[in-house]
Amino acid sequence: MSYVTKSPWVIHYDGSSCNGCDIEVLACLTPMYDVERFGIINTGNPKHADVFLVTGSVNEQNKEVVKQIYSQMPEPKVVVAIGICANNGGIFKECYNILGGVDTVIPVDVYVPGCAARPEAIIDGVVKGLGVLQEKRNAMDGNTAAPAPAEKEEA
Amino acid sequence: MIKIIIFVVAYLVLAPLVGGFLAGIDRIISARMQGRVGPPVLQPFYDVFKLREKEAITVNKVQDFYVTCFFIFVLVTGCFFFAGGDLLLVIFTLTLASVFLIVAAFSSNSPYSQVGAERELLQMLAYEPMVLLTAIGFYIYTGSFEVRQILSGDAMAFLPLIGVFFGFIFILTIKFRKSPFDLSMSHHAHQELVKGLVTEFSGKTMALIEVAHWYENIFLLGFVFLFFANGTIWGTVIGVVVCLAAYFLEVLIDNCFARMKWQVALNSAWIVALVLGMINLFIVYLV
Repeated sequence: MSYVTKSPWVIHYDGSSCNGCDIEVLACLTPMYDVERFGIINTGNPKHADVFLVTGSVNEQNKEVVKQIYSQMPEPKVVVAIGICANNGGIFKECYNILGGVDTVIPVDVYVPGCAARPEAIIDGVVKGLGVLQEKRNAMDGNTAAPAPAEKEEA
Repeated sequence: MIKIIIFVVAYLVLAPLVGGFLAGIDRIISARMQGRVGPPVLQPFYDVFKLREKEAITVNKVQDFYVTCFFIFVLVTGCFFFAGGDLLLVIFTLTLASVFLIVAAFSSNSPYSQVGAERELLQMLAYEPMVLLTAIGFYIYTGSFEVRQILSGDAMAFLPLIGVFFGFIFILTIKFRKSPFDLSMSHHAHQELVKGLVTEFSGKTMALIEVAHWYENIFLLGFVFLFFANGTIWGTVIGVVVCLAAYFLEVLIDNCFARMKWQVALNSAWIVALVLGMINLFIVYLV
């Protein structure tokens, strides 16, 4: 049994969106949904985070920022794309500066659709991400020398 | 001699357990105060075990060395204290431990950890006078800096040193890293300064800092206990109850206040030290 699933600390980044999903992400932390029940803490620091919540699509400006945050997070780590914009670009997809969903720059493990994604859906997504986190942790135990699958994709 | 060894071993084994448990209760009480349910009581342990499972990322090799030194010296501080050693030695070892943490934060060239380290220095500046006055207060009252001698005194030091006691409770807010004085690193509001002092620490290093913090908390509560210990069962019971009450008070203060500027922390801590501490010492000295 691994403890990664018992204390997932999240970091939240907004690409380019209408802020709707960000408000819903933060709503998860309020007394109404209280994700700290599951040990989830919103950190501002990628080095302390296990789960990367991205809302909004990725554009030319923030492409490097998303990559930077992702690369600073220690393994095992999981990326959850929240909202349709983070999934595939959403209504911004046709814009000249938009690259598309988050998966155009970093590997995404869980997609949470919705516009805006409901807090229940976000919590479901994170919980699903915990399963992936556990798998990645097990993979680290199995073969620590080999790079984790996520990093292969990045390369 | 055997008694000393038992106390030291008990501190080394039990302090992280009790400290982590208190941290868990702290999180539940804080959550209830905010109308939330809060995490399980063992959550701080889950956090530490998880941090130990994470990949090790360090900015430079030397920072792990400094953090390890911080951890060791916090342990040494507690051991001296619970072995009944010299209060002054205890305080200076604690200062040395804090300095190691600050140097560790400075060693990584991140602006956030640098600001955190600077603020930690200011916090040290704020609480050190009161900690020293506490030791001096015990000396004036009992005639010894030795914890062992203070414990063997048959009168409670609480009433004669009541000003010093409240002054010490005041700076406990700083040492426990609670609002309004959690300038350098906060348990809540993780976005603030990106956790300041510990911005660049992750994984095992971070876990070590967390466990050291539990050790430190228990040691500080031991200081509170010292005001009540008089060798009787009742003194012990009152001491433990007051320790728990002090911890609860700090949680309450934490949830009632917003973070204040460093000027407020420094000024208020020094004013409290001068007014409560010094006046109290003068009275004890004269009487």
